[in-house]
Parts: sequence; C-alpha cells; structure tokens
Amino acid sequence: MEKFLKSKSAGFILPFIATIALFVLWELIVILFKIPPFNLPAPSDIFQAMINFAPQLTVNAFRTLWTTMLGFVLAVGVGVILGFLIGYSKVAYLTLYPLLVAFNTIPKAAIVPLLAIWFGANAIPATLTAFLLAFFPIAVNVALGLDTVEPEMKDVLRSLGASQLETFQKVGWPHSLPYIFASLKIAASFAFIGTVISESVASNAGLGYLIVQATSSFDIPLAFAALLILALMGTLLYVFFVFVEKKVIYWAR
Amino acid sequence: MVQPLVDSTTPEPAASAGQPLLEFDQVGLEYPFEGSMRQIIQSVDLSIQPGEFVSFVGPSGCGKTSILRMVSGLNPAPIGEVRCRGQRISKPLKNVGIAFQNPVMLPWRNTLSNVMLPLEIVSPYKQEMHRKKAEFVHMAQDLLSTVRLQDFQKQYPWQLSGGMRQRASLCRALIHQPEILLLDEPFGALDAFTREEMWVMLQALWMRVKCVGILITHDLREAVFLSDKVYVMSSRPSTIIYETRIDLPRPRTLEMELSDEFNHYFSTIRRHIQH
Repeated sequence: MEKFLKSKSAGFILPFIATIALFVLWELIVILFKIPPFNLPAPSDIFQAMINFAPQLTVNAFRTLWTTMLGFVLAVGVGVILGFLIGYSKVAYLTLYPLLVAFNTIPKAAIVPLLAIWFGANAIPATLTAFLLAFFPIAVNVALGLDTVEPEMKDVLRSLGASQLETFQKVGWPHSLPYIFASLKIAASFAFIGTVISESVASNAGLGYLIVQATSSFDIPLAFAALLILALMGTLLYVFFVFVEKKVIYWAR
Repeated sequence: MVQPLVDSTTPEPAASAGQPLLEFDQVGLEYPFEGSMRQIIQSVDLSIQPGEFVSFVGPSGCGKTSILRMVSGLNPAPIGEVRCRGQRISKPLKNVGIAFQNPVMLPWRNTLSNVMLPLEIVSPYKQEMHRKKAEFVHMAQDLLSTVRLQDFQKQYPWQLSGGMRQRASLCRALIHQPEILLLDEPFGALDAFTREEMWVMLQALWMRVKCVGILITHDLREAVFLSDKVYVMSSRPSTIIYETRIDLPRPRTLEMELSDEFNHYFSTIRRHIQH
C-alpha cells in the first residue's frame, strides 16, 4: 500500500476512484430517497443530458473556454507588469497597491451589469470579468517573488553595477517563477469563475448562459451537465499548469 | 601595483610608493536610537595600498559590516569620507567582488554558470560575452579548479555542501578581476576544519587576482592567516584601537599556525579585543 502511495499513478488512480464512488453514492441516494430529477438529477440523467445536448454543450463550452483563456492571457500580461512595478518601484508600490486592494474587494458580479451596458451582452464582458478576477493574484505574486530575493543577492548585483532591468532578467524573474506558477493555478480557476458569472448575468452564449437558460426551463440535468463540463475544464487547465511548472522550474523543489 | 606575492609586504616607502587605493578620512556612523543619535563608529582613519589584504576584527556590534558597506558604496559613509583612488565613494562601486556568510547562489544555474554571472553584467565582459564565451568559460573553470570544484561545474547549488557553495561564491566574487574583494565573515557558518581549508584556497585565489582584500571576521586566527594588516576595533562607539602588520611569508600554510610567530600575532591581537 505504501509503495502504491509513493508511485506516480496513485495521483491519478485515487481521485478517479473517488469520483466514481461519489457518482455511485449520488445515484444510490437519488434512487433510495426518490428525489425528482428537477431537484437533484442522478448522474445517469446528467450523462444522458450530455449526450442529448452534445452540440449545444460543445458550442457553449468552446465559447466559455476561449473567453476565459483570452481574459486569462490579458491577466497574465497586466499582472506581470503591475507586479514588476509594485515590486521594483517604491512610488508604484505606495500609489498602486492600496488602489489594487480596494479594487479587488469590489465583488466582480456587481461590475458585470455595467460592462454589459458598455459593451453589450456578448463575449467582451465575460472576457473582462475573467481578466478582472485573475490579474490580482498574479500581480501580487510577481511582486512577492521580486521582494523575496535574498538581500545578499541584491547586494551582489548592485555591487556589480547591474541595471534594474538586468536585475529583473537575471534574478528577479526566475526567482519569481515559482510564485507566478502558484498564482497561475489560482488565477486560472478565478478566470473561469469570472467568465461564468458574467455569462449568467449578461451574455448570449457560454456555459453560464446555458445554465441560466436550462434552470429557467427546469431542465436541471442539462444545468448539471454544464457544471460538470466546467469542473472538467478547470481541472484540465490546472493539471496543464502543474505539468508546465514541473518542466520550467525543475530547479525549485 | 604592490606585489604581495613575495615574502614581506612592507615596501618601506609604502606611503610614498604611490597612491593608496582606499582611504578612510574621519569616517563615522551614527544611528537614531530612542530619540537621540547613538555613535556606532567614530573617526576611523586609515589607508589601504593596492594589493593589500586587510582584516577588521572586533567585538560584535562594533560596526565592522558597516565599514565594508561603506567601501562597497552600498551604504556610503554618512560622516567623513571613504575615497577610492581619491574619489569619494557615494554610490556602489563597480570594481568590487563581494562574498557574504550566506553564499547566495542562483538555484536555476549550475555552478559554472553561477560563477560566470558577473561576466554577464560587468563591462567590458558583457559586451564580449558572445565572442569570447569559450575564453570566459575557461577563466571560470580555472578559478573553480583553484578551489577544487572542477568536478562540480554542472552541479546545481542544492547538490553542493555549504563549504562548496562558499568556494563557488568566492570564485564568483573574483571572476571579473575586481580591484577590491570584500568578505563579510565568509566562513562564519563553516566548521573549523572546512574553514582552515577555505583560508588556503582563498589565499590561492587572492594571490592570482592580486586585488585589495578586506575581510570582516571574528576569527582572529583567520585574520592573522590571511592578512597583511589587521585592524582591531573597539566596542561602541568604535574606532581602530590597534593595528598590526603580519609579516609572515606567503603563501602561508596551515603548519605556520603552530609557529611561535603566528601565535605571537594571535595573542597580541587577542589582548586588544575588549568585551
């Protein structure tokens, strides 16, 4: 048993078994307590809905995926630049940081209606909401990564006459990478949350939109099917970052 | 440049022989403490000749590290002046190499590449990096073999022991041929045997580069072994209370540590340390 826990496959097999067990338990509860499908559909109903509505689900899933990815990429770009500024410039830290914190406390769901008024009920509010939710943890972690470079290393570089850019390139950036990857994993799920919030309030497509449509016509199995696909996409993105992280920062243990 | 390689480093006309590389002129340091200014360092006056290796010893908290930071220009002298070639040091100098007690290395670079870091930053090496890459690699390998790390070039920092990391960081401090080597208790974290081994290697490195060496230490034997001159600082407010020239021939060996002469230096210095 211990040998198995130490093996690589345990990380895949155990969650897989747990998921199956959860579905079986769920199915049994629904059957035993005779819960109607418009309250809580059984997993079998959900999978049936997935097959029946495959075309709609696919189209909307793709819409959610690309808006999320676009918002996420924007968040990485802006987050890294902001983090660099906050981490290296005292002025930027003092002026920007309180504003960022204040902005981050605003519930993003409250901004979506505004975005919808400005840009219409389309993919733009979804992309922007994803971006707004995701950039903050990235910016904070880049700044944190730059700030945690050992003071001795900073002294070594200063005494070599390194410019700010050289310091960033040679030390700050690589040193921040573990922090950045930690934040990317969080930011990716945040971006999905942002997209779905926006889609469920103001959109013309996407899984969030589909869920709202399905629930309003009491098609609960379809809503659950969409939820399941969301969970799957989020997990896949997370796994992708874990994989890239292992390749890029092989030196961080 | 004065050659510290041969026997004695006392070319009598030391003062007239040429400009000192470094001069301390009435250097002081104060710190605000509970509403008033507390004197840390008081009127330090001294000069260091090119190629000289000097040590500062003294009780802890006497501002030894501050002296080093004034020379490096990382924290320029607030009172009085430190001059390098007659120029007041007011910002970080570019011709120095530094090593600290904590031998910070970049974990994503292997030993060789860590040692070569200064060459990517300091002119004129950085402009020649592409053209002379092979030559630079050779320079780094040369230094690494002086400290017997030639077989660890491809290892990453976490694969090295503390002593090995410190040796690599000494190589990094010297690869760009600095005029001044600053050492802030570099061997403080190492065990006694490793430390003595490091003295020999540091001496070998320094004799190749022939730069000014300034060592901060609280190990008096280390100071005697490595230095041409030892400065003893008093406790706060501190100033130089004793200085002595160490006239032991170079290269010095660990056997010399047992000699009467060595122990005479050691005990004389020891008597001047206050607590």
